[in-house]
Amino acid sequence: MTILRVGVLALQGDVREHLTALRGCGAEAASVRTPAELESVDALVLPGGESTTMSRLLQVFDLEMPLRERLAGGMPTLSTCAGLILMSREVLDGRPDQIALGVLDISVRRNGYGRQVESFEADIPVALLGVAPFRAIFIRAPRIEHAGPDAEVVASFGGNPVAIAQGPHLGLCFHPEMTDDPRLHQLFLERAAAALEVSAA
Amino acid sequence: MTSDKSAANGHEPHTGGLRVKRGLAEMLKGGVIMDVVTPEHAKIAEDAGAVAVMALERVPSDIRRDGGVARMSDVSLIKEIIAAVTIPVMAKARIGHFVEAQVLQSLGVDYIDESEVLTPADEEHHIDKWQFDVPFVCGARDLGEALRRIGEGAAMIRTKGEAGTGNVVEAVRHMRAVQGGIRRIASMRPEELMAEAKHLGAPFDLIQEIHRTGKLPVVNFSAGGIATPADAALMMQLGCDGNFVGSGIFKSTNPEAYAKAIVAATTFFDKPEVIAEVSAGLGKAMPGLDVASMPAGELLATRGW
Repeated sequence: MTILRVGVLALQGDVREHLTALRGCGAEAASVRTPAELESVDALVLPGGESTTMSRLLQVFDLEMPLRERLAGGMPTLSTCAGLILMSREVLDGRPDQIALGVLDISVRRNGYGRQVESFEADIPVALLGVAPFRAIFIRAPRIEHAGPDAEVVASFGGNPVAIAQGPHLGLCFHPEMTDDPRLHQLFLERAAAALEVSAA
Repeated sequence: MTSDKSAANGHEPHTGGLRVKRGLAEMLKGGVIMDVVTPEHAKIAEDAGAVAVMALERVPSDIRRDGGVARMSDVSLIKEIIAAVTIPVMAKARIGHFVEAQVLQSLGVDYIDESEVLTPADEEHHIDKWQFDVPFVCGARDLGEALRRIGEGAAMIRTKGEAGTGNVVEAVRHMRAVQGGIRRIASMRPEELMAEAKHLGAPFDLIQEIHRTGKLPVVNFSAGGIATPADAALMMQLGCDGNFVGSGIFKSTNPEAYAKAIVAATTFFDKPEVIAEVSAGLGKAMPGLDVASMPAGELLATRGW
């Protein structure tokens, strides 16, 4: 059985933490900055960082169209924070020219939980992960203002969704890659492998 | 670190902990933080793909030229810059000036740079950064200085370089000193670590941590003299996590083009063909200064310890 090869979009952001988390789960993981590197992976992580910076680099270095094509072809994704913003249908309080790939059926507000001094961590129960809550780290996090019918809400905090499952995609407002808890990366790998009918590791 | 507030558990949201402070710096990795003195500059920086802006009254080359006392920026200006962009806004406080830091925190800036570019307010003591919810970045010339600042609560380090010179030589020297110091500790035997802590004047627990992990516990950007895309890529290849660019952008003849090119060169730091492509037709870089021939009193990097 083929082994899943996972890419981490490496234009900017906390790429290293995702690579470490994925490899810790036994996955084969590589950074992705070019169309050729994108072509070589089965699934993609869109990391935390600045969505405006990633958006601009996607456009300038001709990655936006190849990425849209792979997404249209069903490539599974895990997106965290800035990555979630890129994957959403609508971005509020963003820049008018920033990319919304329109995959996740959600409307997000950039920095919806406030500025850095309001950044926080909290224990959050996540459906699909069992009883033990997940220590979720929110850093200038986007707030999901609305989740459409295609987006399954798997965790909420303070009345807003903070984790979304949609087909082969997982989208998170927080940063599992900054903790030692591998459960969400494992879940992503399992779901991606199931969607592609390959082995996770 | 006894002062780490991240250990708290529970369903109540917990702000101001070590992980969210260091975490924002993690999110800035691979990016460029640009010095800006007006909201218009801030927009240009954001348009070009900056991951954050540093609000200050004058860019370092102007501070160097004007002399006198350089202080925290005008409060209204910082507010205008915060309102102008969606990316994080940093601002500088004088070394040891904890009230400037309190003011900046109350304004909602996302990171405070306790900076040698401003005139120090205290020649003995840096700010006790554990007292703040807002994270701090501090300058360092070598590993010992970096670890003293982390011991005081800095959540991010930048090597000092020599700001406002357009000359990358000090940035290189300081980055090599930090990286070399880390490699040295990583290769030591455990019984050698206390002597190294004494030698560096650095907290023992941080020396032990580096011995264990082989890396700094916080993100380390480069700063002070980066003026071209190739400079930015050089610092990345030397092992920094991202770049601060001050006078290099807004003292060039074409700030928009320089800003975009330096962002691209920071991402594609190991691809010379991309650096060549973005470096073409940029116009003139900022004028440079020979650091070796500068009188000691004009050096900014020697401020702070």
